Amino acid sequence: MTQSGRTFFLRPRDAIGIVILAVLLLVILPLALDNFRLQFVGKYLTYAFVALGLVLCWGYAGILSLGQGVFFGLGGYCMAMYLKLEASSVENTKIQSTPGIPDFMDWNQITSLPWFWEPFRSFGFTTLAVIVVPAIFAFIVGFAMFKRRVGGVYFAIITQALAAILTILIIGQQGYTGGINGITDLRTLHGWDIRTDSAKTVLYFVCVGLLLACILIAYFVKSSKLGRILVAMRDKEDRVRFSGYDVASFKVFVFCLAASLSAIGGAMFTLQVGFMSPSFVGIVPSIEMVIYTAVGGRLSILGAIYGTLLVNWAKTSFSESFPELWLFGLGGLFIAVVLLFPNGIAGLWQTYVAPRLGPLFSDKPKAAVRTAATPPASPSGPVAPAAAE
Amino acid sequence: MSSSDDNSMKFSSTRRKLLMGIAAMPAIPVLASSGLFSTPALAQAPATSAVNTTGLAVTDTEVTVGILHSVTGTMAISETGSVQAEKLAIEQINAMGGVLGRKIKYIQEDGASDWPTFAEKAKKLLVNDKVAAVMGCWTSASRKAVLPVFEQYNGMLYYPTFYEGLEQSKNVIYTGQEATQQILAGLDWVNKEKGGKSFYLIGSDYIWPRTSMKIARKHIEAKLGGKVSGEEYFPLGHTQFNSVINKIKLTKPDVIYAAVVGGSNVAFYKQLKAAGIDLSKQTLLTISVTEDEIDGIGGENFANAYSCMKYFQSLDNPNNKDFVAAFKKMWGEKTVIGDVTQAAYLGPWLWKMTVEKAGSFDIDKIAEASAGIEFTKAPEGYVKIHPNHHLWSKTRVGQAQLDGQFKVVFETPELIEPDPFPKGYQ
Repeated sequence: MTQSGRTFFLRPRDAIGIVILAVLLLVILPLALDNFRLQFVGKYLTYAFVALGLVLCWGYAGILSLGQGVFFGLGGYCMAMYLKLEASSVENTKIQSTPGIPDFMDWNQITSLPWFWEPFRSFGFTTLAVIVVPAIFAFIVGFAMFKRRVGGVYFAIITQALAAILTILIIGQQGYTGGINGITDLRTLHGWDIRTDSAKTVLYFVCVGLLLACILIAYFVKSSKLGRILVAMRDKEDRVRFSGYDVASFKVFVFCLAASLSAIGGAMFTLQVGFMSPSFVGIVPSIEMVIYTAVGGRLSILGAIYGTLLVNWAKTSFSESFPELWLFGLGGLFIAVVLLFPNGIAGLWQTYVAPRLGPLFSDKPKAAVRTAATPPASPSGPVAPAAAE
Repeated sequence: MSSSDDNSMKFSSTRRKLLMGIAAMPAIPVLASSGLFSTPALAQAPATSAVNTTGLAVTDTEVTVGILHSVTGTMAISETGSVQAEKLAIEQINAMGGVLGRKIKYIQEDGASDWPTFAEKAKKLLVNDKVAAVMGCWTSASRKAVLPVFEQYNGMLYYPTFYEGLEQSKNVIYTGQEATQQILAGLDWVNKEKGGKSFYLIGSDYIWPRTSMKIARKHIEAKLGGKVSGEEYFPLGHTQFNSVINKIKLTKPDVIYAAVVGGSNVAFYKQLKAAGIDLSKQTLLTISVTEDEIDGIGGENFANAYSCMKYFQSLDNPNNKDFVAAFKKMWGEKTVIGDVTQAAYLGPWLWKMTVEKAGSFDIDKIAEASAGIEFTKAPEGYVKIHPNHHLWSKTRVGQAQLDGQFKVVFETPELIEPDPFPKGYQ
């Protein structure tokens, strides 16, 4: 796993992979696509944050969460609340019975702003909340479960239940949350109109910048001692525990990290798409996000990014060409990936492409189980059984 | 169905457009001359440069519109009827020579019962395809999701569903009823004819039933001097109504007033019947069951209930007879036509008449010309667009029959003015 003489947390091929991705996202796509398509890519990239979190949480630590939509949604809703308050100035809402509160509250006979909305008038608080609120939530959930050694399938089921509960809560409390419609008609960020094409382009670059930063964080975690403990935990949890490590704390940490990454994606989603609704919180989107990761390769940080882009691009273009049949096409794609390339695109790269590119990109076959991913590749050798499979 | 050349992410679309532009140049004189000499219809058509100053997808022979509904996912069952009605209307308009001498071509997109997808596809239709109008959306949530897109890119949406009101946009024509048009006259009728004084309100839990019930409650308490003996909401897709049915049995309201939507309807009416509530003795008035829903509920479970709509398939007028016959010819004998399907059918027709009145496809001109457009051949009878972009329409009450059709038992004598922001009901 470790290569001798490495002092920096990125191996050369990791660095090359990141540079290639950066060039693709920052130079090639903006030049090749018109504004309209570029905005789609921006939207897809917000899901890539979730996929990134899943690589750490599922691929490395072996904790399969089927409820990442919860954190994506929490981050998105935090941002949406701030934007909605800004869009609900007294002037904009003067036709309401109570001007100055969001329109959906007025429709639900609420006459004053609920207390938990108040802090979201501040942009600083909102930015902090986007990262911290989901992390706190993940901490509570993670602490409660991992300390009791709930793991594997049971954990996956509970996270799925959480996604369902939060959806029902949001839909049920529509006076406070906008219900099933979500929080819509968001206009400005600090007075800056986010609906214009130029604003969308700026947001795209901000999104790419944040994603690249998050990728670096992910690599840092992966290559640190912490990362190695996560992998060890996934492969032989008891042995790590007997060695004196507090397994639960490590699990809680990586779960919180994945939650915060997802939430950043959610906030960027709200900014770029202009609304947030419970349809991103529930079970279906949460599972879709796991699929992006699986298609890209759950052991590969960069693979997950490419997987997200590929699946979403396929979704958009299939549905434009075959509005009545596209779901079957997409379903077929998933089945093919799972059956033929269980390690996703990254596995494909590692098996067929990387060996031809020379020693920089491919590992020499080793007997030992390798777990470190190569960008945009993942191990070709025997893959360690993930604890949560 | 949609243009496939827009799908590729590989090519620069600017470059592609440039190439297409160059390629099309030699064709321009050819098109113009063929228009002058061969087809008389085209010769009458006004020049494209005159009727389309904003770069919409209008050529000398064709105009492109978008159809944006869910054909997959949970809403597909409801929205399919709307798609069918819109395609029928477009076909009929084309058979009559099209709009300003141009045939209507449509691009269909799937909203997939998913609100962000609706927003994405709306943007695609407006920005990429430059469609002249969009017929689409069904749920309020999908409309709320696309509204900012239509306002930003200045598109025109024809929205067919009866809805909660509280909205008005330059960029939307609401061809369904807003809440007061559907609710008030129906309550008056049930109060007068059935002696309804106490009401039990039941709805699915989202914006439309809640707003509707708010209006209903105000009307019952303030105008009718009645009382509301209970008000309950259930999540979308809820299937256990036993507790509320027990409460109904205990409180014995004169009228059960229901706005339960989608699949929940099936469970609700079956459980009512199983609990021994006989709809021929217990008055039930709903604002959410059309012929489409009865298809799922089963005629025997819903017989004798009253539904308050603006259109029923059984309406007895020549327009409707023609419409029903044409619809069945195109989509099969077994299809049923509900209120929203009829409203969706109005969309393309109203758009055509507005374009012809405005003499232009430009969105701003259409938005302005819409007020006062009259459609005398509407299956529901006669409709007219109000300056607030909603339709004047009648309210009708139908009594459900065993075969899943309605017998119309009441209709307002006059068209009711749309009032999306009703004073005294908020």
